[in-house]
Amino acid sequence: MYENPDGVMIGLEVHVQLNKLKTKVFCGCTTDYHNDPPNSHVCPVCLGLPGALPVINKRAVEAAIKVGLALNCKVEEHTQFYRKNYYYPDLPKGFQITQYDFPISSGGYITIEGEDGEHRVGITRAHMEEDPGRLVHEGTIDKSKYTLIDYNRSGMALLEVVSDPDMRSPKEARRYLDKLRNILEYLDVFDGNLEGALRVDANISIMGGQRAEIKNISSHKGAERALLYEIVRQKNVLRRGGVVVLETRHFDEAREITMSMRSKEEAHDYRYFPEPDLVPLKISGWAPAIKATLPDLPDAWRLLFVEQYGITDEQAKALTSDIRLAKFYQMVVQNRDIKFAQLAADWMSNVLKGELNYRSQTFKVFSEQEAPKCWACGEKMVPSDRYLFDWNGILINDLDTFKKLKEYLMNNYGAFWVNNAPIEKDDAGRTIKISVENYSISLILDDTKNKVIVKFYKGGTYSLSLKKVNDRLNICEDIFYCNNCGASRDKNTTFIIKVEKPSVPEAEISLIDMLKALDFFENNKISEDDVLKIMRTILQKQIPKEFDVEKVDKIVKEEGLKKVEGNIVEAAALEAINENPQAVADYKAGKEKALNSLVGAVMKKTKGGADARTAREVLLGKLG
Amino acid sequence: MATINELKERIHAGSSEEIVAEYLERIGSSKLNAFITVAKENALVRAKEIDSEGFEGSLAGIPVAIKDNISTKGILTTCASKILTGYVPPYDAHVIERLKEAGAVIIGKTNMDEFAMGTSTETSFYGPTRNPWDTDRVPGGSSGGSAAAVAGGEVPIALGSDTGGSVRCPASFCGVVGLKPTYGVISRYGLISYANSLEQIGPFATTVRDVAALFDVIAGYDPRDSTSVDKEVNYSSALKNDVSGLKIGVPEEYFGEGTDENVEKAVWNAIHTLEDLGATRIKVKMPHTKYALSAYYIIAMSEASSNLARFDGMRYGLRTEDSDWHTTFSQVRAAGFGDEVKRRILLGTYALSAGYHDKYYLKALKVRTLIKQDFELAFKDADVLIAPTMPYPAFKLGEKIDDPLSLYLADVDTVPINLAGVPSISVPCGFSHGLPIGMQVIGKHFDETTILRTAYTFEENTDFHTREPEGL
Ligand SMILES: [Zn+2]
Ligand SMILES: [Zn+2]
Repeated sequence: MYENPDGVMIGLEVHVQLNKLKTKVFCGCTTDYHNDPPNSHVCPVCLGLPGALPVINKRAVEAAIKVGLALNCKVEEHTQFYRKNYYYPDLPKGFQITQYDFPISSGGYITIEGEDGEHRVGITRAHMEEDPGRLVHEGTIDKSKYTLIDYNRSGMALLEVVSDPDMRSPKEARRYLDKLRNILEYLDVFDGNLEGALRVDANISIMGGQRAEIKNISSHKGAERALLYEIVRQKNVLRRGGVVVLETRHFDEAREITMSMRSKEEAHDYRYFPEPDLVPLKISGWAPAIKATLPDLPDAWRLLFVEQYGITDEQAKALTSDIRLAKFYQMVVQNRDIKFAQLAADWMSNVLKGELNYRSQTFKVFSEQEAPKCWACGEKMVPSDRYLFDWNGILINDLDTFKKLKEYLMNNYGAFWVNNAPIEKDDAGRTIKISVENYSISLILDDTKNKVIVKFYKGGTYSLSLKKVNDRLNICEDIFYCNNCGASRDKNTTFIIKVEKPSVPEAEISLIDMLKALDFFENNKISEDDVLKIMRTILQKQIPKEFDVEKVDKIVKEEGLKKVEGNIVEAAALEAINENPQAVADYKAGKEKALNSLVGAVMKKTKGGADARTAREVLLGKLG
Repeated sequence: MATINELKERIHAGSSEEIVAEYLERIGSSKLNAFITVAKENALVRAKEIDSEGFEGSLAGIPVAIKDNISTKGILTTCASKILTGYVPPYDAHVIERLKEAGAVIIGKTNMDEFAMGTSTETSFYGPTRNPWDTDRVPGGSSGGSAAAVAGGEVPIALGSDTGGSVRCPASFCGVVGLKPTYGVISRYGLISYANSLEQIGPFATTVRDVAALFDVIAGYDPRDSTSVDKEVNYSSALKNDVSGLKIGVPEEYFGEGTDENVEKAVWNAIHTLEDLGATRIKVKMPHTKYALSAYYIIAMSEASSNLARFDGMRYGLRTEDSDWHTTFSQVRAAGFGDEVKRRILLGTYALSAGYHDKYYLKALKVRTLIKQDFELAFKDADVLIAPTMPYPAFKLGEKIDDPLSLYLADVDTVPINLAGVPSISVPCGFSHGLPIGMQVIGKHFDETTILRTAYTFEENTDFHTREPEGL
């Protein structure tokens, strides 16, 4: 039972941008503006030009209902939009379309890992609204001579998720935010990596006193810092015999303090009234269908990983903490067998995740609407495809085509077993199957959709595109391509590592990189330390212009990584003991640390080829 | 005055360019001040195009005037307000797209009360429009420019907008036909909002047939307006000279106190004419009519206070000297809005504010529901309702402008129709001391065909619509 000594009560209002939608909430403008010049994706509606009218984006309502259901909320019978009237230069109509009475969903909860185990945080309501434009100040806000306004963001669909004041510490608040973001990403309605995707206002009171509302928090870490500061501040007020007053405070992210805002800003009367241009929406019939297609949430994935792959709950939790990591892990396992699941979990839940956290790096996944910027030249890449082989070539047993297909499967999915496997076709020539022992891959032609489905025996499914050119059936892989400099990226199996620090270049890790590193290790060719070295090298490496299948092989070669045989370590250990009598004596006298210098000596003698843990074990055995 | 069909014949024999030029000349020599912007170049170029293409649209080559609160791509759109100085919209309203598709030639933008707030077209920043029947009198409002232009022969057809009578009032004062359709029949996309839940765009012409022809072009579903309704009707084909069996309801609340004797007499005469043609008459009661005016003004001003918040000089329109945004915003609005607009923004803001919201705004919504019920009940027995459009004929310029309350009272017979969202058409039905009188035929929701047929039959059997103002 958590005592909550300061009587802390925290409630959060989180503005989530539904940035995975294709269009804005009340007009047809694209949501894909992040790489484009200011005010390039605007229309009469999102500019609020005289006479323009909003029309609700049904997909946005669906996404909002999806979130409501995932947060265990009750979805209302009908929902209504209201006008919130206030003036600010980023708000082109002089009011914001939002919800007031009849929000889309209310009365749910999120389960987080609390101070004393599992803890439920109530969700008061989740309602829809439109995002204002973005103000850009030349220099700082106080010194700027003018302000520029970018309306690309204006009219983006926002979901405001309001919690009950159920969090009892800043740590719980952070975990709530982590969990919320995680759920939203599993629902595929939200990409937390995009700028301005998630904004937080926090309400906090201690000892049953008045609450302060803290605005302008833009990160999970920021929320924790702001709340920690605020607890100290409120305690100090009480200690000096003062009273905490109800007020709005502004969080200064750089100085990590909160400051009282002028009371003038608080005296708002928003004069809510129903938006006459949008008719009330009857949504009672929508929820069942949406519920039926609700994807698995992180908790479900966690259970699946534990049950199917036999990894620990702790590992599964770490792997599912980010949907990209979970998918990456699943992809790795689906291309090998269960034995590999444990090995991959060890490396990915612990080492890979740890390395990413250490560098403040996060995954970014390619998708249609988020065409990445080119790493080589900075231009925006476009979805494209790359020719692989001709389907008919397989049907007529053309050896060159066989080779192309197998190379693709090996180079992209690490399915090296296909090298000597036979290729079978069904009579209709619509399915190609490659199998040996327990392994198999099927390619299924779906010409209604112009696709080829690649199915792995473990359940992994990818798709290739089909292009008919005369009598050829060209099979192509989807890529992103830079028209400016010719750089290209594989779309299905490459994960880009985004770095929060702008000074550090982005990196990328592909399925093939991960598989190769783990294969080398499993086949006893490299040591644990070497796997770590490979990972670090990859995470520090700038992204090459061409997708590099040989990346790991090159690192192994360049760094001279080679697993050292057991007897060589033995010999090196003996030599080290003989050459360092002082260290031996110290160790025997009880100085545990002296062992480290002996381990170091062994590593030096084997040129780093020995595993530090193995070296330690061998030394301990010899020292008795 | 020429009708669409007469003009079409002339276009076939001659050219649209010739006709457009004629109308442009009439506008140029007019004393009415019916136009804020004359789109001379655009109109002549378009007319030439139509002539050379042999365009087949239903309004091919016909000049049309547009109230200046309807967005026209490339043509100045001011709402008769200083605050929209220099605003040239980058897009066309839905009705403009439809008119262009039908081959109509947009000849200019007509004068109006600033942001459609008024009953006399006297609150325009561009000066008042004058009534063609007596240039010392108002043309009615707020679409006074459109009505006066049609009555004065400066354009054959025109568009207005009707929030609380703004099409029917000037139609009545200027002796032309004006229709306020059912809420949702015409897309409001591109109509600069005064009070969104009440207003509709409406057509003006000298005959019911031409009103129907114009209505056919602009009515219909538009996905860009969520309140637009998906119904396709051919209104022109509903025009039959036949009212036999038609049940006319006469709401007594629209007659009597405050209504000019001659107006009352003319409307009754009209009802008797229709009775002679086979219609029957019943009395209907609309007990909540007396609350309509206050409910209307509270709702309209509340919505207006929010709708007009966007005019801040930041992106388009009037811009005063740059300062911090609080200051600039205030200065722009102080200099840009006229007195009546400021009055309505203030009253609307007040009606929506905390502590007053329930007392005024919510109560007005309740009254609105009761008014709707009045109409539903009345239409259980009646097919149409007939009443005076305005309680009196056109008044003198300056007569009421300094007394807002008496001006608001002029809308007493028109606003209930907007609150209920039903359609109503005003047709000339008599004269009082040389000034035209209008009666309105009110219909059930989406039953424009019946009111058009009633008005058409009346017109076919009377000659009020054939009289023209003299001395222009
Ligand atoms: Zn837009
Ligand atoms: Zn490039």
